[in-house]
Amino acid sequence: MRFGKLMLESFRDLLPIILVIAFFQLVVLQQPFPNLDKILIGLVFVVLGLTFFIQGLETGLFPIGEAMAYAFARKGSLSALLAFAFFLGFGTTAAEPALIAVADEAATVAAEGLFIPNTKEAKADYAMELRLVVALSVGAALVLGVFRILKGWPIHYFIISGYLVVVGLTSFANPAFVGIAYDSGGVTTSTITVPLVTALGVGLAHSIKGRNPMIDGFGLIAFASLTPMIFVLCFSMIR
Amino acid sequence: MTELPIRLLETFLMTMRDVAPIVAILFGFQYLVIRKHLPNLKKVLIGFFYVLVGLTLFLVGLEEALFPVGKTMAQQLTAPDFIGVDLSLGKFDWTHFMWVYIFAAAIGFATTVAEPSLIAVSLKAEEISGGALKARGLRIAVAVGVAVGVGLGAYRIVSGTPLPFYIMVGYGIVIVQTFFSSKMIIPLAYDSGGVTTSTVTVPVVAALGLGLASTIPGRNPLLDGFGLIAFASLFPVMSVLGYAMIGEHIARYRAKKVTKKKSKDLHETASSWKRKRRQGGQT
Repeated sequence: MRFGKLMLESFRDLLPIILVIAFFQLVVLQQPFPNLDKILIGLVFVVLGLTFFIQGLETGLFPIGEAMAYAFARKGSLSALLAFAFFLGFGTTAAEPALIAVADEAATVAAEGLFIPNTKEAKADYAMELRLVVALSVGAALVLGVFRILKGWPIHYFIISGYLVVVGLTSFANPAFVGIAYDSGGVTTSTITVPLVTALGVGLAHSIKGRNPMIDGFGLIAFASLTPMIFVLCFSMIR
Repeated sequence: MTELPIRLLETFLMTMRDVAPIVAILFGFQYLVIRKHLPNLKKVLIGFFYVLVGLTLFLVGLEEALFPVGKTMAQQLTAPDFIGVDLSLGKFDWTHFMWVYIFAAAIGFATTVAEPSLIAVSLKAEEISGGALKARGLRIAVAVGVAVGVGLGAYRIVSGTPLPFYIMVGYGIVIVQTFFSSKMIIPLAYDSGGVTTSTVTVPVVAALGLGLASTIPGRNPLLDGFGLIAFASLFPVMSVLGYAMIGEHIARYRAKKVTKKKSKDLHETASSWKRKRRQGGQT
């Protein structure tokens, strides 16, 4: 019963994509759909997948994120909590498929601009280093973000200063890398990381007296999408 | 058709590989540092299994149904035949690409509504705000932001104007909005920038950017194709802050209307509303 309701909701979430694609294909481009049967099967998969994901979110990802936040708060060890935040950020980002794609493209840009030798090894090295830099930056972001929750500092000071740093670095950076650096902020936070990190922040804010989950619990993702820009801009200048 | 089960298995293994480091970190810290058994371990494991199955079906479905059509569409809409102008002569202006902007905005909106990580954050926000903030409203606000962002990003690639200029103006607007916004919404609004661009949005939007940059003379796909994702993560911050401001204005306007009708009830209404909000913030 509940599963059926969730599925209906997932279908409603997908309806806009179906409408947009159908409109452009049939009205604007005026072409029939190739392999309509394949598309329909795919859509059934997407609806089922979204439904399972949301079910798993509520039984798996959210509870474990919050349970660990409570456990760390009860344990009272700051270093253990910060180490956890760092590894969670670093570990989930280093293996992020979207980041791997962006890092490879960045290596191609660097090779074309003759910043690095145009060989396979040099490009692979460059891409790997870039991935590590971004993963480090996300780890650092979560450490800073968790520390902010503990202290209850207002988030906007951090984010606005971050913006100013990005703007300042942009004026010194090579224009070839600016686009990649800006995009790297958006690709770091994956579908599994986001719920975990959100639950961690909200759980911490819940378990610490005087913190409001709405004001203090959110914001970790904002840190994780800002620091990669700064780190990648720096990396492009040093490398 | 016969290859579908193989594709499913491959994607399942790939998703497992992506999730493995996360699981290792979670359980490593749980058992080595916290040293306590997880409450409801069985339920959590089932939840993880659901997430794996869900992501697998989701990704395979997208690969089968949406990405091929979406990517071909992005290429066709940016192809010279469709635009109907000989671009090599260099005589074109941005208005020739109207359908591209409309497609960019529409697909940005539609893919964001279906983005799983945004669903996760908005569900949490609704839960924490005690229902004062509606998950669906928040998601639509974010999707409108992405639509404007990707549409404008497409215009930027066509016009060849510098990316940092737009981003700096955007930051300026966000900073000004921040000072006029309620403290409750600011962290969530900042977060919404990062959650919009993942599984569904990035592949289609990236294809659009590359298609545009390779069609238009004088643009280098490697350099000018980037930036759409940056736009898609900046504009939702503005739209969510704006959405909250409009919501507050409507609430205030309604409260005023009540005054006119029954001034007697006003005090009660307002205070109960405030009470609800306060409770919503705390629970």
